[in-house]
Amino acid sequence: MTTGGVTDPMLVNTEETVGESTQTPYRRFLEDFCENKIAVVSFVVVVVVSMIALFAPFIAPTDPYDLSTVTVEDKALSPGMTMLSGQVAYLGTDGSGRDLLSSIFYGLRISLTVGIGSGIIALAIGVVVGLSAAYFGGRTDALIMRLVDMQLSFPAILIALVLLVTLGKGVDKTLIALIVVQWAYYARTVRGSALVERNKEYIESAQCLVLSKPRILFRHLFPNVVAPIIVVGTMQTAHAIALEATLSFLGLGMEQTEPSLGSLIANGFDYIHSGHYWITMYPGMALLVTIVAINLVGDQLRDVLNPRLQR
Amino acid sequence: MNTNGSRPTLQVSHLQTSFMTKVGEVKAVNDVSFSVHPGQVLGLVGESGSGKTVTGFSIMGLLDHPGRIIGGEIQFRGENLVGATKKRWQQLRGSQIAMVFQDPMMTLNPVLRIDTQMIEAIRAHEFVSRKEARQRARDALGQVGIPSPDERLKAYPHQFSGGMRQRVSIAIALLNKPDLIIADEPTTALDVTIQAQILHEAQKLCQETGTALIWITHDLSVIAGLADDVAVMYAGRIVEYGEVDNVLDHPLHPYTHGLIGSVPSRNRRGSPLHQIPGMTPSLLNLPQGCAFRTRCPQASDICATVPDVSEPRGSGRLIRCHTPMLLTESITELSGMFAT
Amino acid sequence: MTDAHLNEEAPIVELRDISKRFVKRLDLAGKLARKLGVDIEEEVVHAVDNVSLSIFDGEVVGLVGESGCGKSTLGRIVAGVYQPSNGQVYVRGNLIKDMSSTAARDAALNIQMIFQDPMSSLNPRLRVIDIVGEAPVVHGVVHRRDVEEHVSQTMLRVGLDPDFIRRYPHQFSGGQRQRIGIARALAVNPEFLVCDESVAALDVSIQAQVLNLFMKLRKELNLTYLFISHDLGVVEHLSDRVVIMYLGRVVEVATTEALFTSPKHPYTQALLAEVPRVDSRRRRFKPVQGEIPSPLDPPTGCHFHPRCPHAIETCAREQPELREIVGGRLVACHLAEPTSAD
Repeated sequence: MTTGGVTDPMLVNTEETVGESTQTPYRRFLEDFCENKIAVVSFVVVVVVSMIALFAPFIAPTDPYDLSTVTVEDKALSPGMTMLSGQVAYLGTDGSGRDLLSSIFYGLRISLTVGIGSGIIALAIGVVVGLSAAYFGGRTDALIMRLVDMQLSFPAILIALVLLVTLGKGVDKTLIALIVVQWAYYARTVRGSALVERNKEYIESAQCLVLSKPRILFRHLFPNVVAPIIVVGTMQTAHAIALEATLSFLGLGMEQTEPSLGSLIANGFDYIHSGHYWITMYPGMALLVTIVAINLVGDQLRDVLNPRLQR
Repeated sequence: MNTNGSRPTLQVSHLQTSFMTKVGEVKAVNDVSFSVHPGQVLGLVGESGSGKTVTGFSIMGLLDHPGRIIGGEIQFRGENLVGATKKRWQQLRGSQIAMVFQDPMMTLNPVLRIDTQMIEAIRAHEFVSRKEARQRARDALGQVGIPSPDERLKAYPHQFSGGMRQRVSIAIALLNKPDLIIADEPTTALDVTIQAQILHEAQKLCQETGTALIWITHDLSVIAGLADDVAVMYAGRIVEYGEVDNVLDHPLHPYTHGLIGSVPSRNRRGSPLHQIPGMTPSLLNLPQGCAFRTRCPQASDICATVPDVSEPRGSGRLIRCHTPMLLTESITELSGMFAT
Repeated sequence: MTDAHLNEEAPIVELRDISKRFVKRLDLAGKLARKLGVDIEEEVVHAVDNVSLSIFDGEVVGLVGESGCGKSTLGRIVAGVYQPSNGQVYVRGNLIKDMSSTAARDAALNIQMIFQDPMSSLNPRLRVIDIVGEAPVVHGVVHRRDVEEHVSQTMLRVGLDPDFIRRYPHQFSGGQRQRIGIARALAVNPEFLVCDESVAALDVSIQAQVLNLFMKLRKELNLTYLFISHDLGVVEHLSDRVVIMYLGRVVEVATTEALFTSPKHPYTQALLAEVPRVDSRRRRFKPVQGEIPSPLDPPTGCHFHPRCPHAIETCAREQPELREIVGGRLVACHLAEPTSAD
């Protein structure tokens, strides 16, 4: 009497495994992400912007930081006019005579570097802090979270302003200010996620198997906490970029000679009433497109990573 | 089947419900027929993937996209519910057909008081004064054995224990004196002593009010104590359907036979349990013909075709099987069937 | 307070006067409120209240109770996941803290746990080979280059096809995931397994397969089990001895046969009477009244007295001791008298 091809009743029949394919979780994630066309387009935009930022020195028509080529006589040329050097200013020039297109490329470079760079470092700090708070609990947790609460009860811009006024201008100082402002948010998100995961049975199993605390934290807890961080990370990056732009707009942050998108926008304000709209508008659009694209990617990431847990 | 002469409260004929997913059509309910009479309890038994919960949801009209009823009829007191309008459903649900879920928090709104929710449930279907509705709510709570109902009415769901919440859900189901209650695993998550209390209430209820009850569960022992009839489901089909005593004492379908045999109390202490080898196949990947044949000790070539519903002579029940057990084999003579 | 047993060796695990309290401390605001005279207390849950138990080599002890009884907490204390608030856990007669770090680690590895929820008991980001193979490599049970062989062997032993060694948990069914969990525990060669409701989340037919697997492994590997379950049918089938808990306390201990034929404690009697069985038809359910009290606010004296049909005045005042009334049978009830035989 056969039992459908199973020789050892104890051995689970191999043909009847539930898994529909040998997909890794990552492959599945990619497939799900690509379901939303808008998100895919946004992702492409983000990639394009990143490429521009990366290769700005090579693809920009002029070098707006090279003070030898920038001359005040090119000031506020409208889009399409030719500059003294013979180069066509496709998007016009700003109040100091810098080609706007090139300035935007370099500006994006600064925005993304500072935004993403500060994000990564803040994330690293936030993850370590948040994981520790969740895993060790008790006083450690209480102490860390009070710090986080205090930090988060001040508006980010206020803290950044105070820091920059004290530290001065420059890329590195802006970076520091943005890191200080962001780490707390990551820490709190990571801690929340880790608290949920910490009580799951696979963590208890790791404890039962006498695995060391660092191993449990980084090999077991962290990978399962990563999903919300990715979402928060993208949103925070957009936020950091906007924050940097705001700071530059207000005159802090970047040096005068290294304009970022924010300072270009501020610059253009003086010229709006005379009809030279482009100085504010084009940098503004570039900023807008970048931030919206990052946010849309973040939205789709959040949607994809959430229901996945329920599958 | 115990018909007691009356017209059935619910008659399901050849019901088919499918889920159109992007990986294919999942036939969750595949040609299912049964009936329940007033005051009767039908146990709908099956493991995960059997389709028992989807059957319950289909009857209540609670299927969400991508699930749809694609065939068959659901006759509720002579009216076909398949294709009923939304408006008709609103009239029926909560007043003539009610459902109790496994998780009472699917019925109870955590931010509203119990009396608010119950009064709302009454007044959605009838024009009664608040005072009268409140009185009815109070009576319903008393009916399910909740002490000090006046105080309890003013409480919020989180102030109740799990067992109490389930009883409140049952009380809400009772409020408008429905003709049919569908209970989907209502006691699975509860402790034994609390489960016993709820089973006691359910028993009393059917006897007193003549409500028909469909009790969906995976637990055969609950059905044994509570139900009049039992329908056993596997991979979307009913494989055996008859009176509880008949089916449990002399199961004819090999799956029912194996299921009863797997229960520890049916085996000699310490000896290996009789087990059904393999696993329930995925509904996307069913074997051709009878879905149970890959695990069936009695499978033969004829099982490559789907068995029709048949009524073996003298058995008093319906089964779907080409090679059923003999009526003369009693359950204790399992040995040799699934020997390991 | 030890159970009488024929075997004179040190039990594999002995719990002495174990208690576990979970305290929800007052935060700063709460402490302040209390100073100002507000009547606010710390919430203390006495999950386990003064439990002593010995488990001997090769036996299967069933631990039964309903929600709030503390059985899961007790199981985790035995497995070393929780530390007790009071009392000691002796492993083969020795305290863990008296051992050298290697011996302590070996003692801890010797007691493994099988969990309840097949969904959350496996790390979803790791492949089977990592889930099962991590601990053996870390602790030197196998060398890194032999881990695949070791994991494959273990998978075969639990009835899984070794071809699936590189798959992820989500690609398996519930029953298969439980088997992976069992493989993970077995990979470090334990002698003692704590099974915490390990079959509760499985379908009946799969449950039978996994229970048979437990019995097979017991014979093959000479394992000892602490089998925690709310399902009396399963416990009766598998266990040699049964321990019944109610609200953190042990109320009865007996051999399986003795307990199921003549339960002495009123709670055990109620439990056995109320369990639905396939054999009993169209019963008149006569349930015990009342709700299970919250562990935050347990009744005084005997915890069961508000629901007990035989309660007398002493029951509300005094907590009954767990006494031996006849060889091997322990009952915590004022009304249970020692008898000469059953």
